[in-house]
Amino acid sequence: MARRAPGRNLHPGAWWLWAIALATAASRTTNPLLLALVVGVVWLVVDARRSEAPWARGFKAYVVLGLVVIAIRVVFRVLLGGDSGGHVIVRLPELPLPEAAAGIRIGGPVTAEAVLGSAYDGLRLATLLLCIGAANVLANPKRLLKAVPGALHEIGVAVTVALSVAPQLVESGQRVRRARRLRGEGGRGRHLVREVAIPVLTDALDRSLFLAAAMDTRGYGRRAAVPAASRRLATGLVLGGLVGVCLGTYGLLDSTSPRHLGLPMLLGGAAAAWAGMVVTGRRVVRSRYRPDPWRTAEWGVAGTGLLVAVVVAATGSVDATALHPSLSPLTWPTLPLLPAAAVLVGALPAWIAPPPPPPAASTPNPARPEREPVTAGAPLPAPAPPGGRSPSVPLPASTGAAVPEASR
Amino acid sequence: MIRFDQVTVTYPEAATPALTEVDLTIDEGELCLVVGSTGSGKSTLLGAVNGLVPHFTGGRLDGSVVVAGRDTRDHPPRELADVVGTVGQDPLAGFVTDTVEEELAYAMEQLAVPPTAMRKRVEETLDLLGIADLRHRALRTLSGGQQQRVAIGSVLTLQPQVLVLDEPTSALDPTAAEDVLAVITRLVHDLGLTVVVAEHRVERVAQHADRVVLVADGQVTIGSPAAQLEGSPLAPPVAQLGTRLGWSPVPLSVRDARRHAAPLREQLEPLAPPAHPGAPGHVVVDARRVSVQHREVVAVREVDLQVRAGEVVALMGRNGSGKSSLLWAVHGAGPRHGGTVAIGGADPADAPRPAARRLVGLVPQTPSDLLYLATVAEECAQADHESRSPDGTCEALLRRLVPDLDPTRHPRDLSEGQRLALVLAVQLTARPAAVLLDEPTRGLDHEAKERVAGLLAELAAAGHAVVVATHDVELAATVAHRVVVLAEGEVVAEGPAAEVLVASPAFAPQVAKVLAPLPWLTVDQVVAAVAASGSRA
Repeated sequence: MARRAPGRNLHPGAWWLWAIALATAASRTTNPLLLALVVGVVWLVVDARRSEAPWARGFKAYVVLGLVVIAIRVVFRVLLGGDSGGHVIVRLPELPLPEAAAGIRIGGPVTAEAVLGSAYDGLRLATLLLCIGAANVLANPKRLLKAVPGALHEIGVAVTVALSVAPQLVESGQRVRRARRLRGEGGRGRHLVREVAIPVLTDALDRSLFLAAAMDTRGYGRRAAVPAASRRLATGLVLGGLVGVCLGTYGLLDSTSPRHLGLPMLLGGAAAAWAGMVVTGRRVVRSRYRPDPWRTAEWGVAGTGLLVAVVVAATGSVDATALHPSLSPLTWPTLPLLPAAAVLVGALPAWIAPPPPPPAASTPNPARPEREPVTAGAPLPAPAPPGGRSPSVPLPASTGAAVPEASR
Repeated sequence: MIRFDQVTVTYPEAATPALTEVDLTIDEGELCLVVGSTGSGKSTLLGAVNGLVPHFTGGRLDGSVVVAGRDTRDHPPRELADVVGTVGQDPLAGFVTDTVEEELAYAMEQLAVPPTAMRKRVEETLDLLGIADLRHRALRTLSGGQQQRVAIGSVLTLQPQVLVLDEPTSALDPTAAEDVLAVITRLVHDLGLTVVVAEHRVERVAQHADRVVLVADGQVTIGSPAAQLEGSPLAPPVAQLGTRLGWSPVPLSVRDARRHAAPLREQLEPLAPPAHPGAPGHVVVDARRVSVQHREVVAVREVDLQVRAGEVVALMGRNGSGKSSLLWAVHGAGPRHGGTVAIGGADPADAPRPAARRLVGLVPQTPSDLLYLATVAEECAQADHESRSPDGTCEALLRRLVPDLDPTRHPRDLSEGQRLALVLAVQLTARPAAVLLDEPTRGLDHEAKERVAGLLAELAAAGHAVVVATHDVELAATVAHRVVVLAEGEVVAEGPAAEVLVASPAFAPQVAKVLAPLPWLTVDQVVAAVAASGSRA
């Protein structure tokens, strides 16, 4: 075990595999106890292995998002109840609807079955979100882009650039908003959008043209000569393969779809896409600077994730009731032992993954930026000028006086 | 190393070519300075060297450009990346990655340099440019000079034979500019790199240049710096002083000029330099103990600033010393966390916006932030409307600043100088008592800069109180009555321009360095005094 290994960043691919595997497992069950266990495991690992980097601070946002998802799910189900029968908890006033809207009902009786069912569903979705959030928090998304295969390199760069554009947009938006105050009150509403959006967008366009030129002069987009036939073959393989991967993922996540749509489709698609990328990758001539290594710890993290997914999925196909607690009749959900043990194995990365390197090495020094950042905002109220005399502004007598003669 | 043979470049929809039948040869190991005013074809010349013209910009290139044996006709910029390195004016806009180390490796990754060689070259480049301690830093948190050095490093890792630099120091304060220039001259001397550098601030580079290329109206001449700059309006102040006093050869550095200047210093010793015309009036801007804080960082700490009517005050100091924050705090649009500001007795931050505009106007560092309409005429009309001025006020102002500006043009298509004039006109429409300008000469060519200097003097003469934050020591020497130097948000020096500028090694203009310890700042002052004392004698 790499417990005492010096800090290093785990390969981002390992974190993503682990997180996606946990998400797959979560998607296979509505058992609230099991889902809560997954949430706990994810939380534990994030807490143990996240770094001090800026991208690692967003986990709370995912938690909030998850709670919102559950709330929305339940509220909609309560409002648009549908008459399914069961134990009525409360009876809401029903909104009369015209004949045309037959089958839709707003308000009416709220049953325990409906509320519980939607809460379970919401919890499942929230768990999925949390798994993806964990991956985002644990692995630098930009390093993941660096690790993409050669064929996707250019897309990877495009995404990287887009990611760096976002903070720039925010910055120039602030700058322009500040500048608006210089012109007095200016316009409102529709004008406001125009006054801010136009300078910001033109600024962004100028920047992107400049960046494109800079990248061009630094060798971006160099290609090796490859015959057209093999290029077409590669494109076909990649496209077909990706479609296969999409269908396969859908099949895998949706337990009601036919069996052959799941894993076989996913594997076949992945193989085709991989072959296509190998062929395409020959066109892209580039090397990688200090790539993240894939060592035992990476195998361990990805492996524990896969184990969780496989055990939960297998349990699902043997004993579906263990993963989907019955709603009619209403019963207390029980914790199925084998899947629960598997999910606990998913917590191992909190120990087997190497700790992230200390902040000094992995994160930028939050030194103060060079350009004086002036944040927009109302200044604190300043004391009134002494004396309180009436403003006697020495205005230049006329426009002519204020204006210098046209010179030269 | 670089050969232009009968090169003519014509952009689409342009009436005249940007470059006309240019013949040019630049030898290996030369530092070649390209000078010319905005729109003269300078950027086109640089772009033709690295292949961006015409591959990226479009247009038609006749003749041939051969760089290190490769014809740019057959080699787009990416195929020239291993022989020509290009660095632009704004390094931050050209960065692709986040951290210094990754940025240095980026170009090598594109050219498939083997990982072991990459690792070695990154280390070497970090040492060569003296930025090893910055290796893990995020690019956005670096200072301007550091960013520019990283940008140079990021093209050096490909071990190019030619380096093309477009205005590498124009956004930098004098000290940071020195750092970058030191790196460039070191590359020329130690590595034998051929460097082509365009720069408006000729005084910073002229002394290091082996040859100077003058670009004017698409025509190009090349020659020794002394010959090319003698009598040219683009020449640095030392060369102008030398030309007008008949020194031969014309000096290009302060050191050369000082050798000539011993008799001049004796002659000027008993004389006092002329005071600025016009006695300043009453206090217009009265800022006391102003503090500004950005999160934990104190940008401005208890600064007092008084500006009188008819006075130009230059705010100087390195990047990040709080100049902009102070201007914005005085204007009232930016945050102020302590102290009082009274302009004509009223606090502009509390005054309603139209009234505040009559108190004070600010021209920000990027003037184009204020412009959002489709034509110059619409911008002017909007300015009249905003400031409740009679129709046509702004346009009349603009005509006085730039007489021949077509009001149907889009503000984005204007040159930097014209855009600055437009924003200045917009801000002057309300006839503010105080005018604040943040780096007004940034990116301006020599002609536009002279215009700005004239303009500031005239604003003061018309009774405005003017504050200008600038790195441009020659501008400060020409127009400022008083200079306030900020460091870490505090005033470290304040006083009459001659006193403060002459005493500072970083902010002294060239003439002051030549004549130190005498307090003379500009060529015109010296030449006038010499002529006067000559006629008296």
